[in-house]
Amino acid sequence: MKLNVKALLTIAVVVIVALVGVIVYQQLQLSEAQKQIAKLEAPVAKLRVGFVYVSPIGDAGWTYQHDRARKVMEKALGARVETKYVENVPEGAEATRVIRELAASGYKLIFTTSFGYMNPTIKVAKQFPDTFFEHNSGYKRAKNVSTYLARFYEGRYLTGIVAGKMTKSNVIGYVAAFPIPEVVRGINAFTMGLRSVNPAAEVKVIWVNSWFDPGREREAADALIAQGADIVTHHTDSTATTLAAEEAGVFSIGYHSDMSKYGANAHLTASTHDWSAYYIKRVNDVLDGAWKSEDVWWGIKDGMVKLARLNPAVPKAVADLVAERKQAIAAGTLHPFAGPVRSQDGEVRVPAGQTMADEELLRMDWYVEGVLGKLPK
Amino acid sequence: MWVKLEPRAEPSRAMIYVSPLLAAGLTLATGFVVFTVLGFDPLAAFHAFFVAPIDDLYGWGELGLKVAPLSLCAMGLAVGFRANVWNIGAEGQLTLGAICGGGLALAFPDTESAWLLPGMIAAGVVGGMAWAAIPAFLKTHFNANEILVSLMLTYVAALFLSYLVFGPWRDPQGFGFPETRQFQDAATLPIVLDGTRLHAGMPIALAVLALGWVFMMRSFLGYQIRVAGLAGGAAQYAGFSHKRMVWIGLLAGGGAAGIAGVGEAAGPIGQLLPSISPGYGFAAIIVAFVGRLHPVGILLASMLMALLYLGGEAAQMNLGLPSAVTGVFQGTLLFFLLASDVLINFRLRVVRRAPGRVAPTERAT
Repeated sequence: MKLNVKALLTIAVVVIVALVGVIVYQQLQLSEAQKQIAKLEAPVAKLRVGFVYVSPIGDAGWTYQHDRARKVMEKALGARVETKYVENVPEGAEATRVIRELAASGYKLIFTTSFGYMNPTIKVAKQFPDTFFEHNSGYKRAKNVSTYLARFYEGRYLTGIVAGKMTKSNVIGYVAAFPIPEVVRGINAFTMGLRSVNPAAEVKVIWVNSWFDPGREREAADALIAQGADIVTHHTDSTATTLAAEEAGVFSIGYHSDMSKYGANAHLTASTHDWSAYYIKRVNDVLDGAWKSEDVWWGIKDGMVKLARLNPAVPKAVADLVAERKQAIAAGTLHPFAGPVRSQDGEVRVPAGQTMADEELLRMDWYVEGVLGKLPK
Repeated sequence: MWVKLEPRAEPSRAMIYVSPLLAAGLTLATGFVVFTVLGFDPLAAFHAFFVAPIDDLYGWGELGLKVAPLSLCAMGLAVGFRANVWNIGAEGQLTLGAICGGGLALAFPDTESAWLLPGMIAAGVVGGMAWAAIPAFLKTHFNANEILVSLMLTYVAALFLSYLVFGPWRDPQGFGFPETRQFQDAATLPIVLDGTRLHAGMPIALAVLALGWVFMMRSFLGYQIRVAGLAGGAAQYAGFSHKRMVWIGLLAGGGAAGIAGVGEAAGPIGQLLPSISPGYGFAAIIVAFVGRLHPVGILLASMLMALLYLGGEAAQMNLGLPSAVTGVFQGTLLFFLLASDVLINFRLRVVRRAPGRVAPTERAT
């Protein structure tokens, strides 16, 4: 059969033009209708709250928890706020522009949720003295810049107890991002909890030098399992470690988010973050004119650190022990770094009867006894 | 086969100007469909991508802030690409430039000397060139593939920077976080446009572009490079040294990327971080080709690329467009731009019956 190519092409072009025409027409109608609606809705003065995220929101992880809290906050405050987020914003020079853009577009309270946003936040805050900024995990503050962080180590300590009771091989694998105090503190707190119930257990750490790299996290988890770890945990953003454990038939302990749907059998529990109470409080502070620059470090007591549901494989006695220690931490009668705390080489860093001061916790750059290998400096 | 690509006897003059328009049209049409299907207002999306980022002076400053490193890297790469020297490692050379320039600032924490900045830029050039000299040396002595070597060195450079920032150069007052201390004023590029972040890197980039134009179009060496790229055999016959082309191509790319690296470290960042570039060195490869390896084209192409970087954020902020969708849209534009350029050297011909089609009976054996 002979086809007339020119005729076909002409028809195709006509069809495409017609389609585009119809869509344009509909769009114009639609935007007209939207304008009408906008006119009808009376303008209400709302507090505009901006969020800057370092990675895409995804289904689990650091940014996911922040966005979850944003939604809870938005729901709680209803018509009084309007929120907006920008995801996947690189740290450094890029961040300055995004934060400034939010401030310039009338966002009066801006949460910047990654350590690398610290200097950008401070820079922008100088230019917008009437805007309130909240930087997550940094140490620089200003009149209009607060910092906030969670005592993640309290959750780590509790998950360490679960690991100590559940391990058979007495080797726990730990996939870690970067050797900064935040991560080291988590490893140490986990180890303190672990050895408080099982002094023979030890922790092997693999550094992947990335916050989010599912490929490398997976390789590291596989390597740790191959080296005899029967429980793996992680201080990275993806679900790779839990997935690796599920496939290898060992246990895992999640971080940031409840990752149980990625490892129904493997996932023992997770240390999770819940920023919603803090976000609601800070928004209310701005609305009430009571916002002050602060340095907030909340933990289990304030609900900023939580434990995910325990796997049914965890015996009741262990669950009770965890609940009891959790109570004690909340009540202030138990501190994960209560002395005696020894470093790897046996040196006593915190004598018996004392607990580690916050300044010491914030600068932590050494491993406690029970962690294997050397901390990269 | 109904449509066939056929080489043109001569590049089409008309297509040189029509192809970008064609690409723009196709991108808008595709974007229109994609945004509509996803439930976003396409006109608002186009506005967010192409207008919103530069509707005030600050926006233009931000544009310039990205044009500077992009055009610097692309100009340097274009010299090599013209000579068929494929340097893919501008990102790594940029990193080394930042390390060397930034290292100088860290080494003299107290100096307020006016010579510090020029010294940092010079150090950046040397660093970038040194990094590019590795693939050049391996290429000229062992015929190692410069594409692979330069690309792989990018990762080495990134790890080297990580090592320094996590280790010996870490700010002792920084609570162990991976950052160097912030540079003093004398080590920070001055702002050239008040009320913006646009720094002296932009005029430097323009100067390098002008220099690139003079070098490529007016110097004998530039002529040799162009000949080597267009007709390697002819260049050999004329006695133009191939090794020399490799060295010049790579060193030009490394030096320019090194300046871009200093510009980032001493410009908007003001310190060294584990990562100092959002991929300018790689984006510059696209910029160089979209700009057709010509300085003016590179300037325009880097403006477009910079706008895409900014527009992606504006689209997120104004429309709530997910960052993945903005990435798709940006990719579409670049794809159409490069694809349309094929029409300069090829023409589309509609073939009624494909010649040389294998008859079904023959295939049955």
